[in-house]
Parts: sequence; structure tokens; C-alpha cells
Amino acid sequence: MYVIIAGGGKVGWNLARELIAKGNEVTLIESERTRYLTIEQELEHAVQYGDATELWVLERAGIQRADLAIAVTGDDEDNLLICQMAKEKYLCERIIARVNNPRNRSWFELLGIQPAVSATDLILRLIEHEVPSYGLVHLLDLRDEQLEIIEVEVTDSSPAAGRAVQDMHLPDGALIISLLRAGRGFVPKADTTIEAGDEVLLVLDPGLEDAITAQFAPGTLDAA
Amino acid sequence: MFILIVGAGRVGSSVARSALAAGHTVSVLDEDPLSHERLEVGMDRTWEEAGGRFTVGHGMEVDALTEAGIHEADVFIASTDGDNTNLTISQIAQKHYEVEKVIVRVMDPARAAWYREQGLHTICPTQHAIEMFTSALGAIG
Repeated sequence: MYVIIAGGGKVGWNLARELIAKGNEVTLIESERTRYLTIEQELEHAVQYGDATELWVLERAGIQRADLAIAVTGDDEDNLLICQMAKEKYLCERIIARVNNPRNRSWFELLGIQPAVSATDLILRLIEHEVPSYGLVHLLDLRDEQLEIIEVEVTDSSPAAGRAVQDMHLPDGALIISLLRAGRGFVPKADTTIEAGDEVLLVLDPGLEDAITAQFAPGTLDAA
Repeated sequence: MFILIVGAGRVGSSVARSALAAGHTVSVLDEDPLSHERLEVGMDRTWEEAGGRFTVGHGMEVDALTEAGIHEADVFIASTDGDNTNLTISQIAQKHYEVEKVIVRVMDPARAAWYREQGLHTICPTQHAIEMFTSALGAIG
């Protein structure tokens, strides 16, 4: 796979290193001269000097034949435009953009830049996962497909505790896909009883979180 | 017409003054509160006394855009000193806020040309300078 990475910060440099180690061909583009010279000592020809928002720099790096373009500079506007040009001008099929300020995420979506990855959002997810009082954890958003996968913990006071899967009154568009019990995951049958302490994985249409929370972990909305 | 100008540099502030003098409603958005002073160059009263609006904030921020009146704007002009900011916010104005007329300043001729093909009304001062230099060279020639 040929990968072009715009931005030689910590993320870009380490990504380049890992992708090269996995046998990919990589060109990293860095616009800051001293940073470029530092990276060049390690990555040699796999790094190029220049502003990746300029068309000729992208072309020199070989954007026309890139399988994947990744924009991870510290500037959201730059990342957005680099991915936009890679996708729409050079017909690069796969792009990944970094969102520095989570508030800008909607602009990436508006302009068709998917996926847009935000470290802040990811860390927030981890916090949600590590702080149990949040109750419901988003594991995966399939935005294009309009689906999400969530995890909820069953507490003693959950309406779900002690109830069989077939007796759960889940809203349309929600499906239990897996139970985690004592560190082991399994796909439940209709007559499987949900127990306190279980973690339940569900696939949902967007917007059903509140209904699910009410079924599994009452009171946790206030705690959140 | 309601004209919203993001970026009160030399270009943005001059356009703002002309538009105000021509009787339009003019709102200016800039990150730097001191850029307000540039709006008043050559005027004998303050920008607000003359009927202008000024908001401190960034063109990517929803709150700042709302306060500056993007929902009422008939014309959106992106003239900050950053090409990438201008191109991004002008697309946001066009696609999200559905501003009827969006004009964007882009210094890089190659990208100005490409984004023009994509339907943005781009103005490229660099391209104008190149053409004028070239024709001046021809006149000397």
C-alpha cells in the first residue's frame, strides 16, 4: 500500500515509522524545515519537505497513485483541505483526517471528509469507559451506515438484571449482539438470562441511547 | 445587502469601508480585537457610529459566526491571511449556512483555480499580480 502522510508531528512521524515497519511504502510531508531535517535522518527518502496544502507538493509526493492519504497536521483547516484535494482532485479512495478541535468535527462531516479522527474524542471515550458512572459507552459509530455499537453495564438495580433476553422490551432498531460475563464474551440466546455485572453489547440506530440507558442502568444519566 | 466579512486585514477592512459607504449593512469578524482600529482608518467617527458591526472571533466558530450575523448574510467574504482558513470557512458559509454569494481570497493560484472549478467564487491577488507583471514586462519588451 502507498500511503501519504501530511504532517510530521508525533502522530505523523510515528505513523510513518509503523507503516514502513509493516511493509508499506510511505511518504511523509513536513513543512517545518528543522523538523524535516530531524525526521530525514531517520526516514531518509520517505520524508519530503513542503506544504502539503499546495498541489505541487502533493503531486511531487505522488498523490495520484496513493492508496491512502492521512492528514495529521496541527491545523484543522489544513487537514480538511488536504483530504478534500486528495479525495476530490486526485481521486484518492481512502483518506483519514485528524481533528484537533472536536468542535470542528461537524465541518469535516459537512465537507465529506470521513473518517475524521479526534484524539480528544477518543480520550473522552476512554474516560467514559473507565469511569463506570457513565454507564453507557459508545464503542463504535458507523456514521455512514447510521449504526452504532454501545456497551452497557448491568447493575443490581438495572431492570434488565435477572431478565431473559427475549423478555427485554428493547425499542425497534436495537439488538443485543453479545454479553460479557466474567471476562468472557458470548452471543446470548433468546432464553439467556442477563445477570447483574454483565456487560451488554448492543447495535443501535442512532438516537436510542436514552431508551437503552433506562432499561439497563437507571439513574446513571444523572450521574453523567 | 447584508455583507459579512471575515478577516479585517488591509483587504477586508477596505472592502468593509467601501461597502458601508455604499449603503450596505456590513459586519466584520476578526480574531484580533485591535483589527477594529484598521476599520476606522480615514473615518471621522467610530466604525459602529458609522453603522458597522464588529465581532471578535474565529471564522470556524459557530458562536462567532452567529453573533456576526451569518444567518442574515446575503454575501460572505473570506479575507483572512490564511488560504486554508478562507477556503474552509467559505465552504462552510456556502454549504451549511447557504449564504447566497460567497467570495474567497486565495493567494495560491493553483488552488484558487481548482476551487473555482469546484464552484467557489475565488479571487487570487497573486494571479492578478503575475498577469500585471507579465504585461508590464511585455510593454517594456
